[in-house]
Amino acid sequence: MRTLQELESVIDAPLATPDTAATAEALLRASEEVLEHWIVAHDLEPTNDTREGFRLLALHRQGAKGDPSFNACRETCREVAYHYNLVTLQPESTDITDRLEMMKMVSRHLYLFVSGKLQVAELGDFCCSAKPIRAADAPVPKERN
Amino acid sequence: MTTKDKYKKVAYYPGCALEGTGHAYNRSTKAVGKALGLDLVEVKNWNCCGAMEVKNIDPKIQTYLSSRVMSTAVNEMNMDVVMAPCNGCYHNLKKAEYDLENDAESAAVVDRLSKKAGHKTYESGQVETIHALDWIKDAIGEEGLAARVKNSLSGLKIANYYGCMYTRPRHIFPEKDAGPGSESTSKPHFMDDLLAAAGAENVDFPLKTACCGGAHTLSDSDTSTKLVLNILKAAKLAGADVIATECPTCHSGLEMHQIRAEKTLGERVDIKILYFTQLLGMALGLKAKKVGVHENISDSIRFLKEKGLG
Repeated sequence: MRTLQELESVIDAPLATPDTAATAEALLRASEEVLEHWIVAHDLEPTNDTREGFRLLALHRQGAKGDPSFNACRETCREVAYHYNLVTLQPESTDITDRLEMMKMVSRHLYLFVSGKLQVAELGDFCCSAKPIRAADAPVPKERN
Repeated sequence: MTTKDKYKKVAYYPGCALEGTGHAYNRSTKAVGKALGLDLVEVKNWNCCGAMEVKNIDPKIQTYLSSRVMSTAVNEMNMDVVMAPCNGCYHNLKKAEYDLENDAESAAVVDRLSKKAGHKTYESGQVETIHALDWIKDAIGEEGLAARVKNSLSGLKIANYYGCMYTRPRHIFPEKDAGPGSESTSKPHFMDDLLAAAGAENVDFPLKTACCGGAHTLSDSDTSTKLVLNILKAAKLAGADVIATECPTCHSGLEMHQIRAEKTLGERVDIKILYFTQLLGMALGLKAKKVGVHENISDSIRFLKEKGLG
């Protein structure tokens, strides 16, 4: 598994438009690995299953199990898959560059969302999926009156 | 009584943000309500919904705080619909409703604290909590709105940004995903529908429910700035010249980090950020000032004038 910094480099790399399918594939794989980081941080083995043909969606489901706040990136994952389909199934589209650029932005959003929560301490559970990682150190709330 | 009639007069819960950074949302919501002939009755002596701060420390105290707002509406004002324009407030009231229905311990804590505070305990099901989008969509509808439009939003390309709390978690919004006409939790469309009825062109925006980084804007501003920058750039790439918002936290975040992105990352994205109520208000013929455009952080006045609005 590549480091988060390496994955950021992949996502931020200039577009290789001559081979759009390969670029879409690289972005999809990078997005999967971002989710793998999340799952490994929770002491789980990343699944190799697929949902609707995408391992990314199966990984998201695995990451959100028992932690509904992780669903805040559910649609982002689905948009990565949707744009992957757009790029790979319609390679002749005149919008291919914009579609690939949009896939890159959606992948970047997934990366920022997950990596931000993994790396930064002291986040709450408002939408934050990092809480379980630090829950063991959390102070016990005072008894309610 | 039909839903249309039921929503014509509702208890209004602006929440803390609409009295601060989201004041323009408060102003424009009230102005749109007045222009549409809808009656907003502010919840008496309302309190914080528990937002993120209380919920992080003790979720059951948040449930109590939200329940007190609903208790006031039903028991002291005899209102059975509470309209909350803020996604955080809307989310928390819906969550409290769900917890009171499904968690006996939460109900016991709320009952104990309500008695201690000296007010009636809120019972689940007494109040229906709705968002400002539901309010206009159901009380007026697209056809009713289109009939009242004085300045069409035609020529505006809009990316509708709903944020992450309007539809999540799905289980606290049982009325959504309920078939034709209902809101979708995966592809929300109520704001798209209303702005289209006012003449706007909605663009296909893939980050409409993505995180804006609002919850950790203080603890990790750089990540928030990058998340917002990505949202702004994606909206621009989608062809939008305006991002429409329906949450004060998202709206403030987008505006502030738009400026911060330019200062810290050297990236300027020229896109306007306006509350959907501001856009609807101007479509209904209200002046920009009447809907608080001057209270926004970013300056949209010239842009709106060029489009014949405000």
